[in-house]
Amino acid sequence: MARKRSARWLDEQEVVAGNGLLHRRMFLSAGAAMASAMAGYALSDSADAAPLPVEPWMKTPTSEGFGPYGTPSRFESKVVRETPPPSASTGLGSIRTPLHMLNGTITPSGLHFVRLHSGVPDIDPDKHKLLIHGLVERPLIFTLDALAKYPMESRIYFLECGGNSQTLYQKDPIRAGVQRIHGQICCSDWTGVRVSTLLEECGVKAAGKWIVAEGADASGMARSVPMSKIMDDALIALYQNGERLRPENGYPMRLFLPGHQGNTNVKYLRRIKVTEGPTHTRDETSRYSILRPDGKTVQFFLVMEAKSVITQPAPELKLQGPGLYKITGLAWSGRGRGIVRKVEVSADGGKSWAEAAIQSQVLPKALVRFQMPWRWDGQPAVLQSRCTDDTGYVQWTRAAMIAERGLTGNYMPNCITSWAVNPNGEVSHVYA
Amino acid sequence: MSMRKHLLAAALIVTSGAALAQDKAQFGRPATPEEVESWSITVAPDGVGLPHGSGTAKQGEAVYAAKCQGCHGEKGKGGSALQLAGIKGTVGARDTTVKTIGTFWPYATTIFDYVFTSMPYQETKSLTHDETYALTAYLLYLNEIIGENDVIDAQTLPKIKMPNRDYFIEHIKE
Repeated sequence: MARKRSARWLDEQEVVAGNGLLHRRMFLSAGAAMASAMAGYALSDSADAAPLPVEPWMKTPTSEGFGPYGTPSRFESKVVRETPPPSASTGLGSIRTPLHMLNGTITPSGLHFVRLHSGVPDIDPDKHKLLIHGLVERPLIFTLDALAKYPMESRIYFLECGGNSQTLYQKDPIRAGVQRIHGQICCSDWTGVRVSTLLEECGVKAAGKWIVAEGADASGMARSVPMSKIMDDALIALYQNGERLRPENGYPMRLFLPGHQGNTNVKYLRRIKVTEGPTHTRDETSRYSILRPDGKTVQFFLVMEAKSVITQPAPELKLQGPGLYKITGLAWSGRGRGIVRKVEVSADGGKSWAEAAIQSQVLPKALVRFQMPWRWDGQPAVLQSRCTDDTGYVQWTRAAMIAERGLTGNYMPNCITSWAVNPNGEVSHVYA
Repeated sequence: MSMRKHLLAAALIVTSGAALAQDKAQFGRPATPEEVESWSITVAPDGVGLPHGSGTAKQGEAVYAAKCQGCHGEKGKGGSALQLAGIKGTVGARDTTVKTIGTFWPYATTIFDYVFTSMPYQETKSLTHDETYALTAYLLYLNEIIGENDVIDAQTLPKIKMPNRDYFIEHIKE
């Protein structure tokens, strides 16, 4: 009886785009009918729930919960980063965030993606120092204790690896999930000292138009950054989500450049040299540059342009038969002020689009969470999302990106991703 | 300064302790020239930052055999690590898609900058200036950019034009 009522209610919902996308206002008036109609995703097939018994945990007190550092529930053991690649034994490589298992916008620090060039250095914070030198009046050294005395700034910003979603440049779509393909996008509450504050203390000479930042890991990873960006909003980040940076994310300090390519946010920061022009380090010439089909290589493509991705459903998850589903995902932009203006969703491979509901706060250069109701009829569908930012930039299609950058672009792919749903409810990565 | 920033600055002075009770907080310690020099090296394309010293490919061959060949292979190819040499032409002219120093890197100074700070991979920052100049010369020689006995130093290195140089474009210019 209740099932019949919810089916009728579902039929009455306004279809706003092809293949069963429903109006986002459904979330505003969500009631019992929607709740009973909504289907869930599963990592694997699951049985129907039994009637509610009085469970053991409802009856007996425990002594759990008083540990020095809390950990997730033991039932959440699948919510983990990827298995390390073979190259990890040498200190090289990356592990990615399980985007399909998370909600909201803040990435738990222990699940933040990791990209390392020579492993995590075991830095003693009492011995670590930051030197600022080059084209300055007064070269200065800053200890952690000294930095702690400056006014701090706390901001919620996304951080995305310049190589995130790199496989979208491959000729054929890789058979992988959202974690493997897109799991190098995260968002945290970063706290630190403005780099401009320290540079003003050093006194930048008129000729100083760039800086080069170097890390204290064995690789000594170094990147050049224009002075305009450094003076605009760059931080020496010391805290991530309220605690000291995690070792994998730069402990005890990293450069943080809101909205810019992850690799330029140099971890284990030990040195900032003010220079006349870019240094053309190895990681901004032979790496993190975009090779176009005409043979030209584009350097210093630093801003992460508008992008979005559907995190549920995703290839890791399976739809449990026809019915009402909630599509959800993440959107972001580093362009201009870095404000996401709108996110649209398509269920027919980009033929028709409808605006998604934004469920999170919309903060500059931070992740935004969207959701969209979808009535799946059990037929094949292709799900896509696209982000528009407040500069008017619209996330481009993969075809448009490949036309401009070819298959050799390698870095900064911000095109639309397509998830195909087959009649069995299985989801796969396709080009559409 | 905007009114809002004025208020913020005023609020900081009023609410924080003696440490911030001045116009501008200053907690950096002056770095001595010796500290700056010993701290590290950054080499720009115009040669700014290059230290004293020199080397030739002939001298670099022995250093390479001892410290680089194990990963990068004989003559810069065939190893487990990235290929450094052994391919003719450039990526820009679409002669090859393999990015070696010779086919891809736009600046010769980057070789010194990177090798001195980031190599050999298992023991970085262990090479002398002369060893780094010699290795730089050897890698340029393997890529048929200089001769075996050409001296590489702070004067000669910035003058070398890499084969793929003109195929690089800067998206952001200051």
